[in-house]
Parts: sequence; structure tokens; C-alpha cells
Amino acid sequence: MELMTGPTGVPARTTPGRAPAAAPPDEEPLLRLRGISKHFGAVQALYGVDLDLPRAKVTALCGDNGAGKSVLTKTIAGIHAADHGQIFWEGRPVTIRTPNDSSALGIETVYQDLALADNLDIVQNMFLGRERVSGIFLNEDSMERAAAETLAELRVTTVRSIRQPVATLSGGQRQAVAVAKAVMWNSKLVMLDEPTAALGVAQTRMVLDLIKRLKDRGLAVMVISHNLNDVFEVADRVAVLRLGRMVAQADTSTLDRESVVDYMTTGVSSRVVQGPASQRSEA
Amino acid sequence: MSGPGAPDLATDLTAAVDAVPPPVIAQTMGEYWRTWLARVRGGDAGALPVVVALLAVTIVFTILSPNHVFLSPENLVNLFDQSAVFIVLAFGMGFVLLLGDIDLSIGYVAAIGGIVTAQLVQPTPNVPWPLAILAGLAVCALIGLLQGSLVTRLRMPAFVVTLAGYLIWFGVMILLLGTAGGVGVTGSQANQQAIYGLVYGYIDPLIAWIGLVVIVAAFATVLWRRDAGRRRSGLVAPPLGLTIAKIVLVAIAGIIVVAICNVNRGRDLPIVGVPYVIPVVLLVLLAWTVLLERMQFGRHVYATGGNTEAARRAGINVTTVRTMAFVLCSMTGGIAGIIYCSQLGGMTTNINGGQLVLYAVAAAVIGGTSLFGGRGRAMDGLLGGLVIGAIYNGLYLLGLPIQWQLIITGLVLLAAVSVDSLSRKSSAHA
Repeated sequence: MELMTGPTGVPARTTPGRAPAAAPPDEEPLLRLRGISKHFGAVQALYGVDLDLPRAKVTALCGDNGAGKSVLTKTIAGIHAADHGQIFWEGRPVTIRTPNDSSALGIETVYQDLALADNLDIVQNMFLGRERVSGIFLNEDSMERAAAETLAELRVTTVRSIRQPVATLSGGQRQAVAVAKAVMWNSKLVMLDEPTAALGVAQTRMVLDLIKRLKDRGLAVMVISHNLNDVFEVADRVAVLRLGRMVAQADTSTLDRESVVDYMTTGVSSRVVQGPASQRSEA
Repeated sequence: MSGPGAPDLATDLTAAVDAVPPPVIAQTMGEYWRTWLARVRGGDAGALPVVVALLAVTIVFTILSPNHVFLSPENLVNLFDQSAVFIVLAFGMGFVLLLGDIDLSIGYVAAIGGIVTAQLVQPTPNVPWPLAILAGLAVCALIGLLQGSLVTRLRMPAFVVTLAGYLIWFGVMILLLGTAGGVGVTGSQANQQAIYGLVYGYIDPLIAWIGLVVIVAAFATVLWRRDAGRRRSGLVAPPLGLTIAKIVLVAIAGIIVVAICNVNRGRDLPIVGVPYVIPVVLLVLLAWTVLLERMQFGRHVYATGGNTEAARRAGINVTTVRTMAFVLCSMTGGIAGIIYCSQLGGMTTNINGGQLVLYAVAAAVIGGTSLFGGRGRAMDGLLGGLVIGAIYNGLYLLGLPIQWQLIITGLVLLAAVSVDSLSRKSSAHA
């Protein structure tokens, strides 16, 4: 197959030229979705979803199984093209139909299964598909230096040698490599699909710290997670999907675990959270 | 497990984040040695099993063969010639094995390559031999393109496509050979002599020595400059001692080969010199090693074989990579076919393409190429092919009938595959 062209024949009907929904320009988020719909045959996966992903903020995307989290992520990543709706990138209307469109904008996705080749080493994985060459030969030295730099910037220092195959890495280290791979390409938005799902306590800690560092670098981060502990630990904002509809989108400080669970399961929440302090009350 | 380079892999998963897995490349010789031991224990034995196998086979046959004739220069040159076909077939098979595929048709595709070349150098067309070789290889490459396209575009299993190919090209081979049932390259014209001389033509001893010096010097320069440059700029680099050891090893191997070939092994007339087939095999080895390990295409082959989905998501055109692997497999098979044609003095309908396939897979796997994709080098084909060639040659020297050759080669293949499976199992634990 040609590299992952989205389903052709289903053009994304994003209408360029229409003004974005009223928002002061200084608060214009990096990525703004308006009315995104997607169906697969008779199954409607997304109903007019709105989503804002601001710079230097971590947005958690929550939802029960089948809520449409993966479809929404894949729509942003260009694996599925949206049927309806508009996408604004830095305020400009854009169309995202293929993964190349998405990565050209600066969007990178870290998938749950990490998409690393176990038989290749860290450097080879980080440059997979975008190898640096001089003439017809691979420029290993240049790639190794750049990979080492990125890992150092993210303070991923637990790997002994960046020339070891990723098969020899622990789960957290693999996740770190996958994240480093994603941020290496001057990306502006990084989406992580269940980044801590398979990790132990210490490794989860490491990955959450890594996510905070991405935020500190000014990147927009979207984390898909079932784990509300992680959500309340790293996220500035929470967006909740339920049965293909965006039922809530708010700052983390205005929510607590119960309200998020309410939104995920029933689509509404009657709970009123008083202030940031109340999020600390354990669920 | 003990030693600083070898933390217990089982506890690594539950240990804290800063638990360090065994380093793969270390900076000092001692550290390198411990790392290597840790890797062998961890299941990634690299070239160790095949080198041990080669030594064992050599010792056994040297002791058992009458007058220890196995190690005589005459027999060793003969062994190189016989192994050349298995080695080059394994080079070709390596490409599809790296993707976790298999090409069962390579034996008869090789035969067709040899036949096309042989027929073109017959007196009637009398095509210049370089063109005849190119034509033979082009036909094989086209066959590979056809089979590869069926596998990738129509998503048919490689096993079935090449099994059909096995029958089809067997039939085509018989059609090509026609009623004569064979085609020879032992005629007197220059073009036939050139093909025949691939195995039975010899390089002048002096030129062979000069060539060896040039090759070793070039190898040493390239390796030295690369490793020294990496050490200087603080990149991960093998220790100085290892760089020197590699260069010395290549020089010694080269000296032994040239020295053996330059002993007179003729009975009535003197026969001296390195057969052309040896530099030809080494040239193919060099080309495919560079392609696989130093070029973008090779990196994509490893990535596709290791994790197809990861490769696809990284924007690699997986379809093209797989198709090209089949093309390169069949074309390299064609080179083997031409060598085989030279070795036999021509091609007949007696060619056993099925056995050639098995030897090709066996050679690659014995050399360390994984049947499950993602792991293997061109060098594996050389070492594995020598093991197969040595067994074939040694059992013949012992006067054992063909049935024992088959049984013993099969047992060696089983042993090699079990090493492959075990190493996968232990790396899955890590």
C-alpha cells in the first residue's frame, strides 16, 4: 500500500474561508476542531465534535471504550479523514487527509503499541522513515548525535547506550524513546495514546515527568487515558467523549474524579467543584 | 547471571526505572567482552554457533577423511567452489527471510538464470559474455518482480506464490532446455570459456597477492577512519582493540585463502591460483552488506521485517520494500545459477531445484538469519554456506551415499532453527 493514504473517496468536507468560532486571537489554540463528524458505513463514530488543543498545555482526552477517542485521534493524525467539520491550525483552516498532511503541520502521534521496531536500535528507530543520508549512504554519525541531543533535552538518561536494540529496553524506556521520536521533528502537537497503560509505578512516574517537560517546551500535548490518576496529575484540561459526542471540556481545576466519571458514563454531571483544592480529595 | 554488564533480565521489568539493561556496545575491550558474553547468555549469540559449527565440521572431517584429505589445498579449493552456489543462494534468500517471507522457487529461478546465460553464449547467438550474464540476471529479476508483485499487490502468501513458482519455473526450465535436455559451456569460444572460467579459471598468484593487499588496505582504511572518527567525536564506537582485531582477522583469512589457492593442486598439469568465483562471491557479499547496513533501503528492510506496522507508520513504502526484496532474491539466485552452470560445465534437466532451495534456507539460517524476519546479515549466508558446503564435501569424501548427506544436512538445519527459536524465546523474556 502507498503509505497509509486515508480512505479515498471520502473527502473531508472542511470548508476553508469560514471564520473560526469567536475567540480572541491571543487565546487562539494551536488546534481547533469544530463540528467533526465521522462515520464508518452505518456506524456514526463522531457527532460534531469540538475540541481545542492550546499550546503549552496538556489536554487529557477521556472516555469509555467505544467513545470515539481513537477515531478522533486518528482523524487528527490523518489516518481517517473527517466527513464533516472544520480544522483550524494556528487559526488557519486546514485539511488533514493523510498522515503526511498531519506531520507536515507538526503533529506527531505516539501510539499505544509504540510503533517501534524491536530489532533496530534507538537511533535507528528515532529516524525511521526519515533517515539522514550523505550521498547514497546513511549518515549514522549525524543521526546519532541528534538522537542523543533530543534524549538529553528530555532528560531520558537511563538508557545505557543509544545503540542498543529497543528490544532490550524496559517499558518506560520504550515509551520514552517513542516520545522522543515524536518530538524530534519540530512537532508542535504530540498526541499520546494510553502512554502509561502497560507501565509500573516508577516507569509511569518517568513518563508523566516526560509529558510535563513536553509542555514546558511549549508543545501542545494530548493524552488519551483511562487512568484518572494520571489525568489529574499531568493534565491542564480535560475533554470527555461519550458515544461520539464531546460532553465536557474544561480546566482540570474545575473538575474532580467523580465529575469526570459522571461525564464519561452519563454525559452529564451535577457535581460542582469549588476550587483547585478539591481535586486533591481522593476518589 | 553475574558481572556488571549483565543484570538479571527477569527482575529488570519490575525494577526501578534506572535499572540498566545490558549495554550493547561498550567502550573498552574488557567491557566489550563482558557485554558480548551477556548477549550470548541472553540468547543473541550472533556468529558464535556457526563459527563453532564450522570448526566442528572441519575437525571431524579432517580426522575421518582418508589421509586427512579434507584439509588438503586441492579439496579446500574444491570446497570453496562447491560452497559458492549455496553461499550466493543464501545471500538471495536472506532478503526475503529478513521480511519473514520465503522464496521456494529460488532453485529453479537460479537454474533459469544459468540456462539463459548459457544459451546466449552458444555459437549461434554468441552474445558477448557480460551481456549474456546481464540478460540471465534480468530474466531472474523479472521473475522476482512478478512473484513479489503477486505477494504484495494481491496479498497472496509468499509460500504459495513461490511454491507455484517452483513448479512453473521447473516446467519452464525443461521447456528452455528442449529436446537436447541440456546446454553446455565447455566449448572453445571465448564467451563460453568466460562462463566456464568463473569456477575453472584462476587468477595469477602474483596478482592475487597484490589484490589481497589492496583489499585488506582498503578495508582497514574504511574501518579505521569510521571507528576512529566516531571515537573522536564521542559517539558510540567499538574499542580500538576490536577495530584492530577485525582488520587482523580479515588479513589472516585473506592470506590463508590466497596461500591455499596458490599451492599447486594439479596432478599432471600444474593448477595454481585463486578461482575467479571467490572474488565474485566476496563482491556480492560486499555489495549486499553495504546495501543492507549502510543504505536507506536496507534500513527499511530491517524495519519492515522487525515491525511492519511501525515501518508503515514511519512512512516507509512497505509494498515497494517487499517487492524489491523478491526482485533482489531472484536476481541473486540468478548469480548463483550462473556459478552453478560454470561449476557443472552446463545445465541439464537433472538440476534439483528443490534441494537448492533447502540448502539456501539452511545456509542462511545456519549462518544466523532468523526465519521470523528482522534479523540477519549477508555474512550469515557466507558462513552458513561454508558449513553446508563442508558437510556436502566431507560426506562425499567419506564415501557416504547421498541418503546420509540428506539426513545429516537436515539435522544440521534443525539444529540451526532450534538455535533461532531458542534465541527468540529468550529475547521475548527480556
